[in-house]
Parts: sequence; C-alpha cells; structure tokens
Amino acid sequence: MIKTGAEILCECLIKEGVEVIFGFPGGVLLPLYDTIPRYPQLRHILVRHEQGAAHAADAYARVTGKMGVCLATSGPGATNLVTGIANAYLDSVPLLAITGQVPTHFIGKDAFQEIDITGITVPITKYNQLVLDINDLAKAVREASYVAQVGRPGPVLLDIPRDVFQARIEFNYSDKVDLPGFKPKLFGHPAQIKKAADLVNSAERPVIIAGHGINISKAFPELKELAENAQIPVVTTFLGIGCFPESHVLSYGWLGMHGMGYANKAVHNADLLLAVGMRFDDRATGGVSTFAPHARVVHIDVDAAEIGKNIAVDVPIVGDLRNVLQVLNKQIERREHIGWLSQLDEWRSQHPAMEIRHHEDILPQYIIRQIHEATRGDTIIVTGVGQAQMWAAQYFYYDRPNSFVSSGGLGTMGFELPGAIGAKVGCPQETVWCIAGDGGFQMTVQELATMVQEDLDINIAVFNNGWLGMVRQWQELIYNKRYFGTQLYNPDFVKIAEAYGIKGVKVSKKIDVRPAIHKAMEHKGPFLIEFIVEPEENVYPFVPPGKTIVEFLEMPNPAASVKK
Amino acid sequence: MDRKHILVALVQDRPGVLNRIASMLRRRNFNIESIAVGHIEQPGLSRMTIVVEGDDANIEQVRKQLDKVIEVIRIADITGESPVAREMAMIKVKATPSTRSEIIQIVDIFRANIVDVAPDSLILVVTGTSDKVDTLIELLRGFGIREMSRTGTIALPRGGPGPLTIEENKPLRNVVEQAAPEEENLPDW
Repeated sequence: MIKTGAEILCECLIKEGVEVIFGFPGGVLLPLYDTIPRYPQLRHILVRHEQGAAHAADAYARVTGKMGVCLATSGPGATNLVTGIANAYLDSVPLLAITGQVPTHFIGKDAFQEIDITGITVPITKYNQLVLDINDLAKAVREASYVAQVGRPGPVLLDIPRDVFQARIEFNYSDKVDLPGFKPKLFGHPAQIKKAADLVNSAERPVIIAGHGINISKAFPELKELAENAQIPVVTTFLGIGCFPESHVLSYGWLGMHGMGYANKAVHNADLLLAVGMRFDDRATGGVSTFAPHARVVHIDVDAAEIGKNIAVDVPIVGDLRNVLQVLNKQIERREHIGWLSQLDEWRSQHPAMEIRHHEDILPQYIIRQIHEATRGDTIIVTGVGQAQMWAAQYFYYDRPNSFVSSGGLGTMGFELPGAIGAKVGCPQETVWCIAGDGGFQMTVQELATMVQEDLDINIAVFNNGWLGMVRQWQELIYNKRYFGTQLYNPDFVKIAEAYGIKGVKVSKKIDVRPAIHKAMEHKGPFLIEFIVEPEENVYPFVPPGKTIVEFLEMPNPAASVKK
Repeated sequence: MDRKHILVALVQDRPGVLNRIASMLRRRNFNIESIAVGHIEQPGLSRMTIVVEGDDANIEQVRKQLDKVIEVIRIADITGESPVAREMAMIKVKATPSTRSEIIQIVDIFRANIVDVAPDSLILVVTGTSDKVDTLIELLRGFGIREMSRTGTIALPRGGPGPLTIEENKPLRNVVEQAAPEEENLPDW
C-alpha cells in the first residue's frame, strides 16, 4: 500500500505497542496531526509545555514498564523536551521522543524554528537519528524502540522533517533490526556468578543494595528469594524504593544522603556488598574513598560501563538481573546471619526512621504519614525534587514496585505534576498522589490544565513552606544561615487550582489534614490541597556532601521527638 | 599510573558517529591525545584509532563507554600487543640558502621526504611513531616552522588476525543473546 510518512510513523508506533502519545503540535507537525486522528488506537494527550510531555511519558514508562512516547515540534518544541529527555537518561527510562524538523531542503539554512536537536541530544540519548529519507523511517522507529527498551533502557530521539511526513512510498513493514554495534549482554558469565556465590556463601556481614535495575528487569521474586534464602538484609537505593517490600523483615530502608541511618551503617560495616542494578551514585555513596571500607563488592548490572566506574569492584557480573539472579540463587546456601541482623536491628532502634517530633503546626512528615494511612500505602506517589521528595521517600512504606515515582539522577524540579499525569494515564485504576513543593509546583503548574482536559483523578498535595526548602536547609546548615535567593513569594495555590477548574482546599491546622486527604480521595477528578507547613523544617538524616555515609546529622533535640 | 593506550574501534559509517564519540569523550573528561578515522576494506565501516592517556581503570572506562556507543561494532585496547603504530606529519619549514643543506641532512636521517621546494621554505613529509615525529619537529623548530599538520596515530596489531579482523564466515550481526552462552570462548565479563 502507498502510505505517507505520517501514516507509516503511526502504524510503526502501533506495532511497537504504543498506546499513548504526550504531545504538543506545531508547524512542521501539521501533517502528522492531520493523520493521528485516523488511528484511534493512539491516544494523544495535549500537554501545555513540551517538558511536561517528556516527564509524563517518562512517568508513564516507569509505572507501566512500557516505552513512553512524547512528541514535539521543531525548534523550541524540541529544545523544551531536553530537560525531560535528560531526566529519562539519568534514570534509565525507555522514552521515545519524536520531534518534527523543518523540511529537508531547509536543513542547515537556519530556517524558522530549525534547531539541531539530534546534535543537542547526543549526550542525553542512548540513540538518536535525523530521518532524512522516508524509506528509512520504519526502520528508524523499529531500531529506536528496540534500543530504548533492550539492555539498559534509555531515551531515544527521532527527528523527522516535515516533508518526510508528507512523502509517500509503497510501505512494507519489517520488524528486523540491523544494529551490529548494539550488543547488550543479558546473561552473566557463569564463572563470575560462581565467584559471587562463593563470596555470598562465606560472607559474615552481607548487604544487598538493590537499585532501579530490579524494577526494570522485574527481578522482584529473584531478589526476594536471594535475600530470604541467605538471610541477607536488603537496602535499596533511592530509585530502588519499592523493589523490595519495605515492610519485609529483611528490609532496612534506603541508603544515601537522606537515607536511613541504619541503612548507611549496614552498608558501611558490611563485609560483602551485593550491588544489584545500581550505579553507586554519589548521593548514595557519600564520600567515595571511605565508602564501605571493609566490603568486598559484587556488582551486577546490565551496563558493563557502570561496573568499576565509581567504586572498585571485586566480582563484576554483566547481565540482566533476572537471568543472573536466577543462576546465582541456585548456588546460594541457606544461611542465618543472626548476629549481623541483630546488630542491624540495634542500629535501627538507635536511629529510628519515621520519627516525627511534637509540633503544634503541620509538619510535612506528618502529612506524608497521613497520606500513607489514608491510602493504606496503596497508591502511586509521584514527587518533585527537594525536601518534600525526601519526606515522601522517608515517611511512607513502599511495598509495591514502581509505587514511588521520582526524579533521581537529574533531580528535576517540576517533574511532579506531569509525572503524576503520566502515572495516572498509565495506571488509571490506581490512586495517584502528587507530592509537590511550592517551588517545583510552579515550574510546571500549567499542566493542571492537562489534568482537567483529560479529567484525570489526581490528588495533589502542595507543601507550602514559603522557601525553596532544600536549598534553604543547605544555607542553614552549611552556609551559616546566609539565606539568599530561597525565600518565595507564593500565590494562593487554591485560587490557582480554582482558576483551572480544580477543586481545592487550604489546610493550615493539623486537625484538618486528615479530612482534607480523605476529601481529595473521595473527589472524582483532580483535587489540590495546599498545606501550610512549618517553614524551616529540615530533612534528616543528612550526610553533608563529601562525608562518609555514617557521618549523618540527625534531627536535633531528640528528646522532643516521639516515635509515631 | 598514567600511560598512553591505543584503542582501535570498528564503527558504522553513519551520520553523526564522530560527533557522538567526540561528545562522549569530552563530557566524561577523558584525556584524548589523538583520533584518526578512515574507511576500511568493508564498505559501510570505518576504523578509528584513539590514543588516550590514563591509568588502567580510566582506560577501561574509555573502552566500555566507547563500546556502549551504538555505532561502535567492536573495540579493543591493542597497547599490550606491541602494535605497529605510525603517524604522518607535513611540516613547512623556513629554509634559507644557508640552512637548506642542514635541513636536508636532518630529513635524510629521519627518512622524511621533501615534497615541495620554494625559494624560502620546504615542505617535508615524515612517517613514524609519534615520538619520532615529535623529535623531528623539535629539531626543525630552530629553523622556523611556518605551518604543520599531523594525522594522529593509526595502528595495527602484528601477526595473525587482530581483534577487529572481520572473518569471512562470521558476518557482523546483532549479538543480543537469546540464551546463556557456552562457558568457553567467553570474554572476562
């Protein structure tokens, strides 16, 4: 059949299993926007800013495990995607970004809305391509989708000129992929796995550090089997939160700058670290030279380049975690690390997580706890970046994979609103809570309109403390309270919601917190709660930058604290 | 300990390959001394020679990061295989009647060639290891170098098939494994 480029693109996307496109139109995309309606299998969601499209597609991919797709026009549309693509790159999210480009005969002429988006995105994509010939289009979509999802996932970008959308060819679909240089290793080396098993079987103080890779390869049962059989405590990374049930007896929280004190102590004192699907990010390791000084390190990851990048490794294993752990589990002996686990429990009682101090006003931690209770933990939490993000990670028990959606590597403020949209679109049956700070909320506030237009039942909690809180905290603790550029003049967030047609309430008394949360959940459609919270609350524990992870600062004045 | 390594890579001839590789090397702050690229006997493929300085862990990172670039089909560090490594330089040096014969003597010693003669200058071409080219340039500096151009090192391992040799019965294919490989003939990883 003779087909246009736009038709070929739509059909190829459907073949790739794409159901949702988060997009924003523009001049060069008109031929495509004239075509999409003829493919009702493709749901187009109009965002209000292209960054929102990328974040929504990113969160959609995280909660569904499928590739997210975002679409933007040439020039500013494409550059607006950049933050979102970078976010997906650092968190290994399969994201296909499609950008329109000026017609081929204009390329290189600095035409209206022409920008070299393939050049711009080279360092933040796994793969990208400017498709100059309609004959290459189907192959490009197939390859991009394949690269995005196989091995370590990541964002890919296809830049398609307007005339390629309009050109016509005789179209025959082929699902062949011809990428001789793309060679992810999915199965671990048997000899290396044997070495790892020997170390695990002889370790006295082993710790598993489970990362986002467990979510990606869906190695949940394998991880659980490993931990339970050998009685190894599990600490997750920030992005690994939820990959191992936090209510499990072997779960010891997550490590890092704001991680649990006992998690950091466990890792620091371990004699064996089993690092699975994580990359030793500096926020996780703290000072690298003093990280886990007594530990042999087994590092399992699908990306060979992550192994040995930040931390010297004793046993490297490259492969898909599911495959590797399945083989490893067969060689693991049943063990009981009674002394080690009771040591960890002692640390846990010395440095309890989830403690909330007595306070008459609303503490942000209290809100998170109330949301946990109201939802019984059965919700998807989508956060922005900063203090609210950390409290959401600390004060909520995550027992399900992918129930915590957050920007980890890039730390993108403004991820929360579009992220919540993507999560809700991906999992319409789930309750979604968007945890926003007053700073990040305003970075992508326009996506409230998207929520209304798509009638998405999202609960939004805005933590209004009048500060860019995390930066203020650093200014307080490290820069001797020299506050600058961090105090916010804030609008009335409830009125903003109302202007978009969203119901909302402002809550400034502790007693109103729970009813407001329930009201939001009972309400069909988006609902916003503006919480007026204690303005100068800090996130603890806190490992100051460069310090060893056990040199954490804890909440001062613990006498005034109570265990909740 | 930092030392120079020679990495060779087989890459697909696609738009943007050089940009992609250069961008990766720059953003990861690797210490690159030279990159040379050219076609090989197989259409659609190029061979890249990258000279990079660093300690072993550093070089291993360079190798792995390059291997991750989709267009890089194969990559190897051939430093340990005592490869034949050469680079070429063209040097335009000032030559007055009084210095000309001295320059020609130096040219002979270095087995360089004079390829152009002008009233007040000579262009000479030299081929050899980077050290040899460096030494010649140092000697000529006193006469006054007007312009010069170097190619960067290219290298081949000595003897039988090298790590990048494309064997006729083993065409380049995608190598996403469908099952665990046999234990023999596996690399270290």
